[in-house]
Amino acid sequence: MNIVLELYGLIAIGATALAITRTIPVHGLLYLVVSLLALACMFDELGAPFAAMLEIIVYAGAIIVLFVFVVMMINLGQPDQLREKGWFAGGAWIGPGVIAALLMGLLVYGTQRSTMAVGTAGTPIGPQQVGLTLYGPYILTVELSSFLLLAGLVSAYHIGRRIGGKS
Amino acid sequence: MTPIPAIVWGVSLVATLLPLVIACPLFVSIILMLTGGKLPARATTLLVGAGMGLCALFAVISAYSFLTGPDSLGALHVVLWNWMQVGNFTAQIALSLDRLSLVMMLVVSCVGFLILVYACAYMYDDPDIARFFAYMTLFVASMLLLVLASDLLAVFVGWEGVGLCSYLLIGFWYGEQANAVAARKAFVVTRVGDALFLLGMLLMATAVGSLDIPTLLAVGPHAPSTTLTLGMFLLLGGAMAKSAQVPLQTWLPDAMAGPTPVSALIHAATMVTAGVYLLARLHGLFVLTPAAMLACAVVGFVTILLAAGSALVQTDIKRILAYSTMSQLGYMYLALGCGAWHAAMFHLVTHAFFKALLFMAAGSIILRVHHEQDIFKMGGLRKDMPWVFTAFLIGSAALAGLPLITAGYFSKELILGSAYEVSPIFWAGALFGAFLTSIYIFRCVFIVFWGGHRTHAHGRSGMAMALPMAILSVLAIAGGWMEMPDAIANVHIFSNLLSPVLGALPQEHGTSLLIVGSLVPIAGVTIAWTLWRPRDVAPTPAESPAIATLRADWGFDTLYDRIFVRPFMVLAHLNRRDFIDRFYDLIAALTQGSGQAIARLQSGQVRRYAGWIAAGTVAALCLAV
Amino acid sequence: MNAADPNGALIVAVILFSLGALGVLVRRNLLFMLMSTEVMLNAACLAFIAAGNRWHLADGQVMFIMIVAFAAAESAVGLAIILRMHAAGRATLDADTGNRLGG
Repeated sequence: MNIVLELYGLIAIGATALAITRTIPVHGLLYLVVSLLALACMFDELGAPFAAMLEIIVYAGAIIVLFVFVVMMINLGQPDQLREKGWFAGGAWIGPGVIAALLMGLLVYGTQRSTMAVGTAGTPIGPQQVGLTLYGPYILTVELSSFLLLAGLVSAYHIGRRIGGKS
Repeated sequence: MTPIPAIVWGVSLVATLLPLVIACPLFVSIILMLTGGKLPARATTLLVGAGMGLCALFAVISAYSFLTGPDSLGALHVVLWNWMQVGNFTAQIALSLDRLSLVMMLVVSCVGFLILVYACAYMYDDPDIARFFAYMTLFVASMLLLVLASDLLAVFVGWEGVGLCSYLLIGFWYGEQANAVAARKAFVVTRVGDALFLLGMLLMATAVGSLDIPTLLAVGPHAPSTTLTLGMFLLLGGAMAKSAQVPLQTWLPDAMAGPTPVSALIHAATMVTAGVYLLARLHGLFVLTPAAMLACAVVGFVTILLAAGSALVQTDIKRILAYSTMSQLGYMYLALGCGAWHAAMFHLVTHAFFKALLFMAAGSIILRVHHEQDIFKMGGLRKDMPWVFTAFLIGSAALAGLPLITAGYFSKELILGSAYEVSPIFWAGALFGAFLTSIYIFRCVFIVFWGGHRTHAHGRSGMAMALPMAILSVLAIAGGWMEMPDAIANVHIFSNLLSPVLGALPQEHGTSLLIVGSLVPIAGVTIAWTLWRPRDVAPTPAESPAIATLRADWGFDTLYDRIFVRPFMVLAHLNRRDFIDRFYDLIAALTQGSGQAIARLQSGQVRRYAGWIAAGTVAALCLAV
Repeated sequence: MNAADPNGALIVAVILFSLGALGVLVRRNLLFMLMSTEVMLNAACLAFIAAGNRWHLADGQVMFIMIVAFAAAESAVGLAIILRMHAAGRATLDADTGNRLGG
């Protein structure tokens, strides 16, 4: 058992649970950042320092900042907060809760049925190894994801094109 | 099938022309159907004339080269392609020309050509002329296929084709319900025969293993005799329905609802004789089943008398001719039943001439008296239309069989002689039938052409109508001279032509039969003159319950209505909410209901979709874990 | 470096994934739904990294990079849609109002 890992896991879970229940988007985003940082620490503990760095730089640093920008642009106020509270009312939790609980139970059961042996305490896998793998056997996947990013770029530009302009 | 040696010029010419004989009318029909009535009437008639002219020309040329060729005693096979091959059973689309099919091919193509030329004038003003000729040419093509096919299965294709065209043409003026009903009746009644024919054919196919007619004739005699008898009975049943023989005769009088050229071509000259031709074609098997032959003779015998009796009291000119057709076909069946193949075929040919002529003349009359068909409303037409009168008179004389000068005389004498050989009863009945024939047809002649005017005739028959009638008039007289009894002249062109196929002509009979047979028609005409000669008062049809029954085809229609049509209608009425349909309705309702239920899932709400995806994932994991 | 336990990491991943799913199902605000999606993607990342640790292979991290690329593209498009909705007058960002594709 690695107490540190479990601890980071608990922080991630708690922060995530808080993030998805906030009524103010900025609060939720801050909790999400905490969760992401905790995850980055877990990655480091699991011998993936490169992934940990990427998690902080790209996820917490770029994607979440994008969210923050959007929140600033749409400028939600007090009435939105009240409405969000109204949407939390009792019955809305039942169905999703049951489904999510079932999902979790099944996944836990499925992953723990054959317990993985504790990983060999080998050396961490550094950026060099990752890079060699990435541009070796996975080169096709890299190209495909470049397509995906281009498509995302074009469609984001297309969808957001006329905002603030004339109809 | 031996390959045709290409060196022999005549034979290869026939092999080339024979498919074209069928293809010409078929091609015209296809053109007319595809243009869908867009062609003007003149172009349509020209096209039909050209197509049918080529068809008749090719038929004549191939007949000539066949008869002068080296194969003229046997048969010529032209295999077009293999139709199907199932196990050991092979069906080919093949044409075969022997002397029997040659005669029939000439009759169909040449008489068909004349009638279609006549029809070009008769139907010229009809708005649906293209449809009419599309059906007519399709009919000719089917009939030629029926005649020339060397495989019974291909014969059946032609058989159904002519039945379909008959249905379409009887109901040609479908705007009137009576015509549509008549067409339906003809179709349903002949369908009974078609079913029998098909059963017979399948039985022969299982017994012999092939439907190729030469094979059938060669191997068929070795089949078990009960199978053979049953098969021939079934084929006879099919032929009888097509030829309107008792008890399947009820459709023919109603079939007169179609245009008159249709009656001339289909219901007098060609289609109704298809059964006779078929039985003559299969005579090698037919002769082995005495029971079927006896049945055939009896059917013919009964039909002669019943139809002649009905014809005696009809008032509609076309119905008179329809009953006379039935009666004459009865003679052919009697001849077939007596084994007189030559006589049956000879009568078929002469009947095609004079009955087509009679129908054409009747059509000309009908056209010129404003579509009036009741003979008691005509009268004195002799002076208005002398040429039509001449033609009708020649046709009637040939039908009545006036001695020496008409074609009908010689063919009928041949039949009477053969009937006497088998049984004097058949002979006496047929003779009485001939007596009735001369009475009813001259009754019609005297009422229509003599006496005072009761209707006004207008217009003139054009050249296109006159010429075919003139040619057929000559044939109706001279056609008989190609086969005469020895007592009159030693001419046997027709029987010599057919002997290689049908066997030698039987021995001649005494002159006494001939004299009796000659006197009877004259007596009949005399009686007709006594009864219906022109008088001061206009003739009226005799009325009594017995005559009404006679006029209504001896009550056959009423009988069939009671025992077949009405029970069927009652059943249909009881089951009008078809209980089998309920089952299918249930399936439809289930599909619709479940479709609506599933459609409700598509709410358009993205959270619902996510929920369904999650639920589906859970379900899939449940199965996987 | 201590020996890490991939089992514990997997359980954390499963819990995070379920929390993300719960968020997508419960929240009506599109912004929070997108955030929940990010959580689910992170959970998947964690599972990959844990597996990579167990087998001591770089492939887990490669898949992590792919997922990050995917998340970037997805959030860019998603956020553009949110902005578009807001500009079009639906300031509440209520996912349930966008149901015009209903059958």
